[in-house]
Amino acid sequence: MNNAHHEIIIAGMGGQGVMVIGQLLAHAAVLEDKNVVWFPAYGPETRGGTADCTVIISTSEIGSPVSSSPDTLIALNQLLLDRFAPTVKREGLILVNTSLAAPPRDRSDCKIVEIPANDVANKVGNSKAANMVMLGAYVELVKPVRLDSIKASMTEVLPERYHHLIPVNCLALERGAELVS
Amino acid sequence: MANKKLIKGNVAICYGALAAGCDAFFGYPITPQNEIPEKMSELMPQHGRVFLQAESEVAAINMVYGAAAAGKRAMTSSSSPGISLKMEGLSYIAACELPCVVVNVQRGGPGLGNTLPGQADYFQAVKGGGHGDYRLLTIAPWSVQECYEFMPLAFDLADRYRNPVMVLMDAIIGQMLEPVDLHGNFEIREYPKPWATNGAKGRARNVINSLWIDNTVMEDLNNRLQAKYEKARRHEVRFWNYQTADAELVLVAYGSTARICRTVVDLARDEGLPVGLLRLISLYPFPEREIEALARQGSRFLAVEMSAGQMVEDVRLAVNGISEVDFYGRTGGSVPTPIEILENVRNTLSGPRVASAQARREV
Repeated sequence: MNNAHHEIIIAGMGGQGVMVIGQLLAHAAVLEDKNVVWFPAYGPETRGGTADCTVIISTSEIGSPVSSSPDTLIALNQLLLDRFAPTVKREGLILVNTSLAAPPRDRSDCKIVEIPANDVANKVGNSKAANMVMLGAYVELVKPVRLDSIKASMTEVLPERYHHLIPVNCLALERGAELVS
Repeated sequence: MANKKLIKGNVAICYGALAAGCDAFFGYPITPQNEIPEKMSELMPQHGRVFLQAESEVAAINMVYGAAAAGKRAMTSSSSPGISLKMEGLSYIAACELPCVVVNVQRGGPGLGNTLPGQADYFQAVKGGGHGDYRLLTIAPWSVQECYEFMPLAFDLADRYRNPVMVLMDAIIGQMLEPVDLHGNFEIREYPKPWATNGAKGRARNVINSLWIDNTVMEDLNNRLQAKYEKARRHEVRFWNYQTADAELVLVAYGSTARICRTVVDLARDEGLPVGLLRLISLYPFPEREIEALARQGSRFLAVEMSAGQMVEDVRLAVNGISEVDFYGRTGGSVPTPIEILENVRNTLSGPRVASAQARREV
């Protein structure tokens, strides 16, 4: 995979932390002096609606903030996996949260990585950290940024009221990375 | 780049306004621009300036009218339906020759529409929008960095021309996060405002009014406005050429669509297709001479917008029949992808040419 340019779509339900892991990726890219664009799409609902964000990380200047066909899809649930799996570029990467979704059967050209993210998150002690498990696995697999940069971005990206959860989030990130290494 | 802050376009607008010396912000909430009033409610009081959430968009634009009349740098922001509500006020402000800045983070429409990106308020922005013969000077940022940098430009243009300035964005530009350098070294010019209604003690009373019963007085005002717009057409045209020198097909776009088209140019060039991009920065005044020059050079055009075809009309006026102008647009909150536009580029280039090279030479 070209390591100078990454186009990622992260998708799930509102409340699953889709936007947050996209922002962590974006912030980590800034820490590493890379160009980055993060762009969200969601309905008016705070929870229960669908949510997705596009992150483009590049060593050169970024034109379109919109991706025709992402290199990677990180899907946190079945509905959004089904919606976005067809858009992933040929021989791209699809990370599936298998706690909540069955891997796609019609994208045999892609590398499909199954992560039981909610189960792993439950084991580290916080079911809400499933998003971090997925992010840890993605960063370990593709290395668009370093895992350290993601960790260093937590205080900046997470609202202060969630800062006490940073240790468990970091643990979930590491577990995700270990699953695929 | 480590000194850069990762912020949304909407938030960058606020830092830009602050750097520009904006004295007062009046607004009313609407997605996808809510980060602007939210951030302004924090920043403006911190710097001893005015933030006020009005009871409606109509109230907000009239508060801008009042603050501008008092000689203050004032602004408001909204999104498409909210901007429609401000049109009466904008016509009054333009008629009174008052400076102010209005930010429109366009959403899908018409009607209440949705909170997704759109560019279908182009006509409203560049043709006046409200009643009467007036124009808004209109500029369109395409990055979060420019959201920051265009606010001092907007306030400067507003003061220099004593005219409302529209900063035309869309939900992509407003909502996206990009690293931004907030250490702008702007030259913030102060303009004397001897016309301001800021207390008449020791001088003759100033009157700011747009009701002139005498038609000769009203026509004089119109002539003054038109002279001003003519001056803007000479001095304030802004655009950016990308690979147009040898382009058989020039994409014309602004804002987020221009960003997408920039990627399309790279993809097309990879296929050996002679494609360039004319990115519009000022929408009014419109870069008509540049487009005419490209038409004479033999280029044909593909206007790309998130609308059913608005900016394309100004491209056609500028080309004036001496070359072909095609259009591709998405509406209602749908965003064109680079691949989708590239397919249109391929189709357009393989299509017949109607205007002859002879016509281009003769006109």
